[in-house]
Amino acid sequence: MTGKDEAELSRLLRAAIAGDERAYADFLHRIAALVRGFVRRKIVQGGVDPEDVVQETLLAIHVKRHTWREDAPVLPWVYAIARFKLIDAFRRRGRRIEVEIAETFAEPEAETVSERDINRALDGLPPSQRSVVSSISVDGHSIGETAVKLGISETAVRVSLHRGLAAIAKRFGRR
Amino acid sequence: MRTEDLIKALDADARNKAMPLGLAWWLAVGVAVVVAAMVFFMTIGPRPDIMPAMHTMRFMSKFVFTLALTTSAFALIRALSTPGAASRRAKLWTLAAPALVMIAVFLELFVVPEADWGRRLVGSNMMICMSFIPLIGIGPLAIFLGMLRYGAPTRPVLAGAVAGLLAGGLAATFYAAHCFDDSPLFVATWYTIAIAFLTALGALGGRFFVRW
Repeated sequence: MTGKDEAELSRLLRAAIAGDERAYADFLHRIAALVRGFVRRKIVQGGVDPEDVVQETLLAIHVKRHTWREDAPVLPWVYAIARFKLIDAFRRRGRRIEVEIAETFAEPEAETVSERDINRALDGLPPSQRSVVSSISVDGHSIGETAVKLGISETAVRVSLHRGLAAIAKRFGRR
Repeated sequence: MRTEDLIKALDADARNKAMPLGLAWWLAVGVAVVVAAMVFFMTIGPRPDIMPAMHTMRFMSKFVFTLALTTSAFALIRALSTPGAASRRAKLWTLAAPALVMIAVFLELFVVPEADWGRRLVGSNMMICMSFIPLIGIGPLAIFLGMLRYGAPTRPVLAGAVAGLLAGGLAATFYAAHCFDDSPLFVATWYTIAIAFLTALGALGGRFFVRW
């Protein structure tokens, strides 16, 4: 299963980097499910919410996707990032743990809903970026719809979205 | 915000692209060489007898050491700034430069009479060596630490230390063209101290500056 996963996920991410948004959404959904399975198995005691780590990992994957070499396998790259973010989350909680290398592959799992770290990071954004990011994420609007709704150009929406996501990725979980 | 919602936002930002890390590293090293060269030529510059010196083994051996260090550190830092990349082989290669220096030291002790060891070790330039290698290397180190921020090192302190090694190797390569002390005894001592300083500085930078 993992061999096929690997090939399929590499193909999707390559397509995404080449500009295929559908492939990127597909890639992110699958990665989210895999990372969720991985993180949930690693967090046996409370204190760290697995979904926070999933979201932080997805953001890191997004802002660091230029670090993936297109001829390298994608799953070790994904799990290395997930593991780094997981250790980071534990460290913030003041706990020292060892997370073994993710050679064991996780099963996909579905999301559960609760209050999220990402909301705090979102609230910390400048209003212009915050309204763009939440319009596209929480409200599910497209770039074009957001531009009309906020009365700004599509380019401005894209810039605010990009800067907002980068800022969230940077301040995620730092408190 | 649900993860589902986050993915919508990430997907909408898909078109925003950054330069691949591998290419960016080559660019960064090119800029770092220019910066180091500028500092070198504006301050101490090459020694006046560099042409005849190039025919001596000891002078040329210095470049073998420093270039071995620079290339191996460059390979290692590229691996360390990429999550999940294998770095074992690159780590082993960084032992090449110290090993070469050690071999050279043994040869030097063998061919040079004992009475001469002290003079060759102390040399005439050690203060210049210990101040100019860090001075030439500090600009490149800043560039490499910036590159680590651009990359995604899962071990930032180690990656920062290797950034210091790389900056040190680069700076030492330039400095070696200035220095009159060509004995491996001198190189093994003072170059090492100067490069170790940059390495420690890089590790500190990795600890406090490289967050992602």
